[in-house]
Amino acid sequence: MGINRRMKWLAHGVLAAGSVIMLFPFIWMIATSLKDLSEVFTYPPRFFGERLKFENYLVMTERFPFFRFFLNSVKVTLIVTAAQLVTSSMAGYVFARLRFPLRDGLFGVYLATLMIPPQVTMIPNFLLMRFYGLVDSHAALILPALVSAFGTFLLRQFFLTIPSALEEAAKIDGCTPFGIYWRIFVPLSKPAMATLGIFVLIGTWNDFINPLIYLHTESKMTLTLGLANMQGLYSTDWPALMAATTLSILPMTIIFLFAQDLFVKGVTLSGLKGE
Amino acid sequence: MNRLNALFYKDGIWAFLMLLPNLLGFLVFIVFPVGATFALSFARWELPADPEFAGLANYRRLFEDGVFAKVFWNTIYFSAVSVPVGIALSLFLALMLDQKIRFVRFYRAAFFIPVISSMVAIAVIWQWIYNPEFGLLNYVLSWFGIRGPTWLTSTKWAMVAVIITAVWKNLGFNMLIFLAGLQSIPDTYYEAAAIDGARWWARFRHITVPLLAPTTFFVTVMAIINSFQVFDVVYLMTQGGPARSTSVLVYYIYQNAFQFFDMGYASAVAYVLFFVVLFLTLLQFMRQKRVGVFY
Repeated sequence: MGINRRMKWLAHGVLAAGSVIMLFPFIWMIATSLKDLSEVFTYPPRFFGERLKFENYLVMTERFPFFRFFLNSVKVTLIVTAAQLVTSSMAGYVFARLRFPLRDGLFGVYLATLMIPPQVTMIPNFLLMRFYGLVDSHAALILPALVSAFGTFLLRQFFLTIPSALEEAAKIDGCTPFGIYWRIFVPLSKPAMATLGIFVLIGTWNDFINPLIYLHTESKMTLTLGLANMQGLYSTDWPALMAATTLSILPMTIIFLFAQDLFVKGVTLSGLKGE
Repeated sequence: MNRLNALFYKDGIWAFLMLLPNLLGFLVFIVFPVGATFALSFARWELPADPEFAGLANYRRLFEDGVFAKVFWNTIYFSAVSVPVGIALSLFLALMLDQKIRFVRFYRAAFFIPVISSMVAIAVIWQWIYNPEFGLLNYVLSWFGIRGPTWLTSTKWAMVAVIITAVWKNLGFNMLIFLAGLQSIPDTYYEAAAIDGARWWARFRHITVPLLAPTTFFVTVMAIINSFQVFDVVYLMTQGGPARSTSVLVYYIYQNAFQFFDMGYASAVAYVLFFVVLFLTLLQFMRQKRVGVFY
């Protein structure tokens, strides 16, 4: 199969070239973060400076409250992710298994909201937060994100695939619906929960528009907003800026590299979203 | 006591209790705001003043507002370029990945890292790449004797720069969905075609294209919907400029609501966006009804 082998070489060529285009900006970011400021503005651009200035990373953390931003992001992201897993899995179980009036109608409303652009709910949510004096607080970011129609939908779909024989036995033994959820459905759906969790994790960590709308005090900013803010303040100090940028994408990159398969599954699952 | 005991195992009670936290959040932060935005679009509400009923004034204003026309046009321009280019490239890459080659995990990771990185980080990197004097892009162009434009500060090229960055960031996502679609096509079809002597192009044309069509349609509709919601990249790289050349719908919503505090008008613009997305979703939905389930 000569043609097959040639196709493979072509594929490798295309994908290798593509990978360079995808990764080079990041490599350039790291290279720039290790240069002296004077070495940044050179033409033609040079990959390395005189020496690798790792101290740029220290200088950067002294210059602006990187760790505060980082901790704020960790706090908001962890709370939102944990909350969405709890609320989505409980509601997903209810929609998948429990019988009550208007169940399917209510689930239909959840489904219908999947297509609503977040910008449509953004304005009243802001007015609500303003009314309750929550603007410029992390609560404004966390409260509207405690519940997700998409997460509810995703986990309901997964729960539907769990055979009902398991819970029949539990029911006969006198297990309550919550007991069945907690002892059977949650342990069995770890992969689906992990997939949803990773999606929420990344979405919340990278969220920009909500922190932009709500947060004004520097010490409360999340990493994305803080970084954007820093860019406004030190727009010419590229090495420091690139050092901060590098550190900001490190956590998600590490998580991704360890959980690549979950990601792939998540993306394929989200392809089900329109179904 | 017995009746209480029976109640304890009733689905309805547990359904109510377990659904309650989710339902509360859902009603307060999703259902109510959708209605509220609709109501607000008929109001005149410039913070901190009080709201008053304004009838159709906000919608009439849309037709007279030259900026809205420009913003709408810019969004269509962004969508019309970024969607076909992004889809063609991601399909092509998925086809390459589907050749049963080695290093698939590496390639997949390389294309996916931009997807999981924040737009803020990517904007910082690409702004430096687009720098007209010291940036990488114009340096590479100079190898070919091309004098690169000023990119982000050029009314002609800023949108192109924004589109390049957006396509680059999202390529890996659509590539993965296409790859899943490709892998769901049974090998036996290709084997049968190969036995019949069908060449690569014939197999692609008569097996891959028709069987991948539902995936392609789905990815396209989703990409169009997402392209109409573009915001971060514009806000971070160009602030909608220069001279509004990169202002898009959501940027305009953001400006009206959170910079001019004109909540009524911002709501009207948000509803225009809503109807565009609604139309596209119904399109996808109707097709699924007609063609049947896929995946």
